[in-house]
Amino acid sequence: MRIIGILFRRELGSYFATPLAYVFILVFLLLSASFTFYLGGFYERGQSDLAPFFNFLPWLYLFLIPAISMRLWAEERRSGSIELLMTQPITLWQAVLGKFLAAWCFAGIALALTFPLWITVEYLGAPDHGAIVTAYVGSLLMAGGFLAIGSCMSAVTRNQVIAFILGVVVCFVFLLAGFPLVLDAFGGWAPQGLVDAIASLSFLTHFEALSKGVIDLRDVLYFAMTIAFFLVATSLVLEARKSD
Amino acid sequence: MIKTDRLTKRYGSIPAVEDVSFEVAPGEVLGFLGPNGAGKTTTMRMLAGFVAPTSGNASICGHDVGSAPIAARACLGYLPEGAPSYGEMSVRGFLGFIADLRGLAGARRRARLDHVFGRLQLEPVLEQTIETLSKGFRRRVGLAQAIVHDPAVLILDEPTDGLDPNQKHEVRSLISEMSRDKIVVISTHILEEVAAVCTRAVIIARGRIVADQTPQQLAARSRYHNAVSFRLADEDDAARMRAALEALPGIAAVEYATRERRLTVLPRDGVSLLAPVQALAAHSGMELGELHLEAGRLDDVFRTITA
Repeated sequence: MRIIGILFRRELGSYFATPLAYVFILVFLLLSASFTFYLGGFYERGQSDLAPFFNFLPWLYLFLIPAISMRLWAEERRSGSIELLMTQPITLWQAVLGKFLAAWCFAGIALALTFPLWITVEYLGAPDHGAIVTAYVGSLLMAGGFLAIGSCMSAVTRNQVIAFILGVVVCFVFLLAGFPLVLDAFGGWAPQGLVDAIASLSFLTHFEALSKGVIDLRDVLYFAMTIAFFLVATSLVLEARKSD
Repeated sequence: MIKTDRLTKRYGSIPAVEDVSFEVAPGEVLGFLGPNGAGKTTTMRMLAGFVAPTSGNASICGHDVGSAPIAARACLGYLPEGAPSYGEMSVRGFLGFIADLRGLAGARRRARLDHVFGRLQLEPVLEQTIETLSKGFRRRVGLAQAIVHDPAVLILDEPTDGLDPNQKHEVRSLISEMSRDKIVVISTHILEEVAAVCTRAVIIARGRIVADQTPQQLAARSRYHNAVSFRLADEDDAARMRAALEALPGIAAVEYATRERRLTVLPRDGVSLLAPVQALAAHSGMELGELHLEAGRLDDVFRTITA
């Protein structure tokens, strides 16, 4: 735990050591606000909830989360610092987890900074605070899922741009796994069981209930398992390719 | 103690390192020599646990690198090739991070950090980010990182690469100083470094060990070992002197460097040439400048056995 904490602090600090953190947070807040107020019709709907915000969040995450995760391992491999890190008395797991948690915490900070939206609905009406808390927790879980995918894609390459693009593509597939766009690719030939299994992997489906304030343990478990799966994949990829 | 047993690494079917076995005891400074691509870095990476060997094994202080990697790494200080680090961190922040990972805390952490800051003269740049530093400073930060926990074993991959002569001298004296109670392994392709700091030299070529001797023994393998070399006062004497020398018994070859007017007389095995050459000069009334006996040329040996 101590080692994970040290790695976590260094990684989180490195986000804020460069303009990346500030640019990211600024862009995230600007886009989330414009989606909420313009595309989401925040005022026109006449309802005091944050649905316009949470409905667009998955799409915002699709492009912004891979931007956080792209440097996690690609940069370590490009600069060679992975050799320094992996020859310290630490395990690969501690490194994978420490870095992931730092990225997740950073995404959480950005998410938390959308609190003025919450204050706005509170000012305008009487929102269901429990539902909003649940939606925020769901958003954080979804961010974790996207980040774990991004972490794995970042371990595959030493080029951050490639890591970003791979991250967006894989996240897109997971986001829309339950929709015709993805399912049609399997529909013709794959057995129905597989198609159903793929359909059940959709981020959107699992996020939908949470964003409406409904906590279903299956949705929470789904995101937890997605995170665990891709972190294991990250460490397997690193084990095989760290010194390439 | 470092011990490797038939360490082998293949990339696909291409062997990078094959059957490398050696032991290093405390107090030894082992110079790992070889042409670029000979397998020096791969061997060091296997010792540090960054690359897993295809077969064979290595242990550091009795801990097997493969089965007890954390214990092995804990007693190891390692400088990877090119001294990579985190460019966006300050020198103080980076070395503090490594000290934390190494489990240093409290007064000992402070004392060790102050020690490496002073020993590697990092005080002027402590608050600078590493990416803004010169190559020399970055290398010193890399060395500081390797010694901050006072490890029993130091493995340094090209520690003086890119340093100016003053900094090289400084790093070499640091290595010599630390070698008294530690095991030090350095890789280099600078031969003067081997003579300057190493007590033992292992030469590796095409992934295999081709020599494992003291630098003196290596130099003795040179055809220049015990060669007599001197400068002629007058260029016109060269041809006459050369002919006279070649007539002496026990001579293998005579070389003449025109620019320096230097004649070098190479002996056959075990023949001592100093006295005969001096007698010959006295006999012919010639003055010999800068007369000396050569110990042998490492670069000559290096080329011969790695070619």
